[in-house]
Amino acid sequence: MMEDDLRQMIGRVQRGTLSRRGFVKRMAALGITAPMATQLLAITGAAPAAAQSGSVPAYAPSRRGGGGALKILYWQAATLLNPHFGSGTTNNDASRVFYEPLAGWATDGTLFPILAAEIPSTDNGGISADGRTITWKLKRGVKWHDGVEFSADDVVFNWEYAKNPATAAVTSGSYRDVNVVKVDDYTVRVEFAQPSPFWADAFVAAAGQMIPKHLFKDFVGANARDAPTNLRPVGTGAYKFVSFAPGDNLRAELNPNYHRENRPYFDTLEIKGGGDAASAARAVLQTGDYDYAWSLQVEDAILKRLEEAGKGRVNIVDGGSIEFVQLNTTDPNREVDGERSSIKTEHPAFRDPAVRQAMALLIDRGALEQHIYGRGGPATANFLNNPPRFVSPNTRWEFSIQKANEILDRAGWARGRDGIRAKDNVRLKFVFQTSVNAPRQRTQAIYKQAAQRAGIDLELKSVTASVFFSSDVANPDTYVKLFADMQMYTTTMPQADPERFMNQYTSWECSTKANNWQGRNIVRFRSEEYDALFRQAQGELDPVKRASLFIRMNDMVVNSNYIIPLVKRPTVSASLNNLNPVLSAWDGTIWLLGDWYRTT
Amino acid sequence: MAGSIPASASAEPVRRPHVGPWKEAWRRFRKHRLAVVSAAVLLLLILGVLLGPLFWTLPIDEIDFAATLQGPTLAHPLGTDDLGQDLLARVLYGGRISLAVGFTAMLVAVGLGILVGSTAGMAGGRTDAGLMWLTDLFLSLPQLPLLLLIIYLFRASLTEVVGTELGVFILVVSVIGAFNWMPVARLVRAQFLSLREKEFVEAARALGASRRRLVLRHILPNALGPVIVAATIDIAAAIIAESTLSFLGLGFPPDIPTWGRLLFDAKDNLDFAPHWALAPGIAIFLTVVSINFVGDGLRDALDPRRVL
Repeated sequence: MMEDDLRQMIGRVQRGTLSRRGFVKRMAALGITAPMATQLLAITGAAPAAAQSGSVPAYAPSRRGGGGALKILYWQAATLLNPHFGSGTTNNDASRVFYEPLAGWATDGTLFPILAAEIPSTDNGGISADGRTITWKLKRGVKWHDGVEFSADDVVFNWEYAKNPATAAVTSGSYRDVNVVKVDDYTVRVEFAQPSPFWADAFVAAAGQMIPKHLFKDFVGANARDAPTNLRPVGTGAYKFVSFAPGDNLRAELNPNYHRENRPYFDTLEIKGGGDAASAARAVLQTGDYDYAWSLQVEDAILKRLEEAGKGRVNIVDGGSIEFVQLNTTDPNREVDGERSSIKTEHPAFRDPAVRQAMALLIDRGALEQHIYGRGGPATANFLNNPPRFVSPNTRWEFSIQKANEILDRAGWARGRDGIRAKDNVRLKFVFQTSVNAPRQRTQAIYKQAAQRAGIDLELKSVTASVFFSSDVANPDTYVKLFADMQMYTTTMPQADPERFMNQYTSWECSTKANNWQGRNIVRFRSEEYDALFRQAQGELDPVKRASLFIRMNDMVVNSNYIIPLVKRPTVSASLNNLNPVLSAWDGTIWLLGDWYRTT
Repeated sequence: MAGSIPASASAEPVRRPHVGPWKEAWRRFRKHRLAVVSAAVLLLLILGVLLGPLFWTLPIDEIDFAATLQGPTLAHPLGTDDLGQDLLARVLYGGRISLAVGFTAMLVAVGLGILVGSTAGMAGGRTDAGLMWLTDLFLSLPQLPLLLLIIYLFRASLTEVVGTELGVFILVVSVIGAFNWMPVARLVRAQFLSLREKEFVEAARALGASRRRLVLRHILPNALGPVIVAATIDIAAAIIAESTLSFLGLGFPPDIPTWGRLLFDAKDNLDFAPHWALAPGIAIFLTVVSINFVGDGLRDALDPRRVL
């Protein structure tokens, strides 16, 4: 799509000859998703990227409470309830029950105000003409669960809290480069150093969950992890805290003072953690013991058979999540300054591009899609798969054992007596870890067999999901540490914009001992060129140029083969037929829990 | 010679064939029908997993998407799993590991049990009390959580030294063994306490037999009957413990098809591919049941006071 056409169309919307909806439709026809289109309009001052009617399904109940119990099943249990520390979807979602951001992402990619009175736009003066300041107006009359009033001081506090390096918050990336100023008790200004096309990061969605200043103010910095409220949250959400057993279950009850009227519908809430995905699917679809089961990474054939029971349905929401393999850039078997996988080391085998290329050729993505993931996992060659505008047309995936063999032969990796290739005392024998999960173990088996035929020995390791995805700093088996040669998991794309998603390959996000392994760059990919592209995209107001920058970034990580994308993972969940969950592809499952209700 | 009674052939002492204790035990064992059948089944299973792979040469990890989740056919007598891997080959291979774990863990448990039990039984006094306290302590420990903890703590360091498979094998065997010796120790101690006061032991002592000779030559052989029975039960317990660990995804690496791992993989498909779970399930069942029956038979056979 030509830049000029785009500008013309935006001009027509501004003059009123083209409706906003018409604009979004045309954009969609050109492969630009609704989220991107609405953001485009917001930046150019034509329309708010705010949710329109229809972005969020209508809420039917006419009074608060009376809905009984809502039972949600997360087969990975949460271990922490502080949104600034919870790495992993489960922890983010669990804290989202209590803590709310200023706005969340509706599934059409628009922003839906939660603690904000309205979404900033040029029309309401929320977005400055130079794209450098965003002014949020806060909702009045919102109370924390303990009765204290929510105000602009809390918003500013969250920024101070998260950006403090000593706090070591996972959300620091969203807050480090912005400045936040309190205008009055219910107005906050976010200032950017450069014009920022993607401003809806700080205070929005998962990273924007607000914690109360009056309870956390003594726990900023090094002692942040000692706060008792890390496990006993006091938020503004639709449900109040009752009890929490880390790694097991979370109980909450209706918040009678919730700031959105007639909400919530349910009197009590239980989020049960643990178990495995297949049992979770069964607990909803077959036995109906639970109302909703999250992220069902189960072979599609099984889901289809379970759906036949007629109790519930499978919800498939296409987002940006991707199942992928990471080849460690660092050496997990050498300790430098008491740290394994230190960024001062290089992986002895994966530093050779030929080995990485061979590894990428040895996984049969077609078989994964066809025989394992089905509806829940179309094969892909890209790391960045959504919105369509950002999808690189330059990459292809291929499965060829023969080519892998040729590449390794050419690079001088000769087969030893046991059939395993080696060069300069480095053997191609890798520990390949992932979480305990049937499709992942199948993938491991398929990968191992192909690798074996190319003279590479994969030692398979599977770690219980609740350990693998936990934020436990003391545990060596967590995915954020990557103390293995390679690993596989799904990473989720939290917003309809790739900025926050693609920052996980910038060098400053490396997950290291120094930041308690809270950095998002788990594979520890480092490239000056990538860093430069990313910074450029951060300030690029031209949407077309910006998209091409992200495509280049995608191509860089994919072509490096340190990252091997396998299949796209639309969110697959199960719910009982009478439950009306409000799901979003661009925000957590719990993002609008207050709007869930049951049709009787 | 008057009055003398001529020696008659019938007065000659009866020359019964000499029957040794082992032969006698075998005679008694044979009377327990179920035990004999079980012994045959067990033997068949052991031979099967040892020699089977020589005849059934399909690889355990050959992926064939054209033949996924097939029921039993000629090409795959036990069917295939969801990757089209041959289940017979996997069950045979898994049996080697499961049985090896069972027998080795039993040896560890029985060895420890005899050592502790006989020391306590012979020494008496403070040593006895201390060792029995230790036994009680171990009995009160929750086995599974501890198992998980130990595997979590030591797995990495051990596998680094001896390799993954052997490392996990040593770990699983020693952990299971270390938690199953207590019943054996109690049995042995009780036997020692009663046997050491028996006349034949006193006789031996009166003849000047050393303590060590008393234990090794006179008491221990007589105490072995119940120990052998306990040992058979330990084998079954170890196989089940290993299956539990594999089922939880914590034992051997996921690509090594132990019986427990096969069950774990199969459980999601239980309602539409039951053959997958049945093969390893039946194998575990048969092994454990037959070992228990053999133990039962052995108890009858080795108890000299029992009339059969």
